Amino acid sequence: MSSQRTTEDPNSVRKTLDVNAPQEVAWRVFTEKIGSWWPLAHYKIGKVNAVDAVIEPSVGGFWYERGEDGSTCKWGSVLAWEPPSRLLLSWDINADWSYDPELKTEVEIRFIRVSEETTRVELEHRKLDRFGTRREQMREIFDKSGDWGQLLGLFARLAEGTRS
Amino acid sequence: MLNVDRALDALGDPTRRLVFKRLRNGSCAVGELAKRMDVSRPAVSQHLKVLKEAGLVVVHVKGTKRLYEIDATAISALRSWLDELWENSLNAFKRAAEQEAAKRRNVK
Repeated sequence: MSSQRTTEDPNSVRKTLDVNAPQEVAWRVFTEKIGSWWPLAHYKIGKVNAVDAVIEPSVGGFWYERGEDGSTCKWGSVLAWEPPSRLLLSWDINADWSYDPELKTEVEIRFIRVSEETTRVELEHRKLDRFGTRREQMREIFDKSGDWGQLLGLFARLAEGTRS
Repeated sequence: MLNVDRALDALGDPTRRLVFKRLRNGSCAVGELAKRMDVSRPAVSQHLKVLKEAGLVVVHVKGTKRLYEIDATAISALRSWLDELWENSLNAFKRAAEQEAAKRRNVK
């Protein structure tokens, strides 16, 4: 596996991986072409099939999915846009997979030039404790599903469906 | 850290599911759980051990008591899910970026 967990901070998820691509190619594929690689079949929040994902190229822009019917569902906003080395996005998708602009967990992606042809990509999804401010709501969601087993079953299906 | 496969296995057992549900009402010691559920203490201990290994339950030592609870499981489940999401997404990104880089090398 090329990426690994590098911290046990309970409030963040970190990933590091080396990509055999120049820094500016890695940046461009990540930002301009996110719709070509994001696993939309599994990770989307809209009711209809998602056909594209977009990161608007400036601070204050949004990143979102576009459904087959043309509708869009926001995922969050662009907090820092520093090509070709750093991108900071807010992740405002709540535990019940709806957009919640007050949530503001953060995803920082750094593109570090290792050599002409290699880029190290470090990703940190942090401030997960902000989900904690929705703790009661989350408890309700889990309670609503009746049995934890059902929820966990869903997790497992999602995980299996995307394992390559 | 919640382990999805293990968690599913752990909750597949009806008694274990009951232990887990009891803990949703608040933290509890082994003896207390055993008394309330009419299950032997060693059996409850064994069930708790499996739940703990699956990342569904944590232990807190309070004085001489060992209290079991499922606090923060929601966060842990979510974190585990996000971890998987980024693992899969970044691997997909890596493939796309490397394809693009290879294409450019061929053009040169």
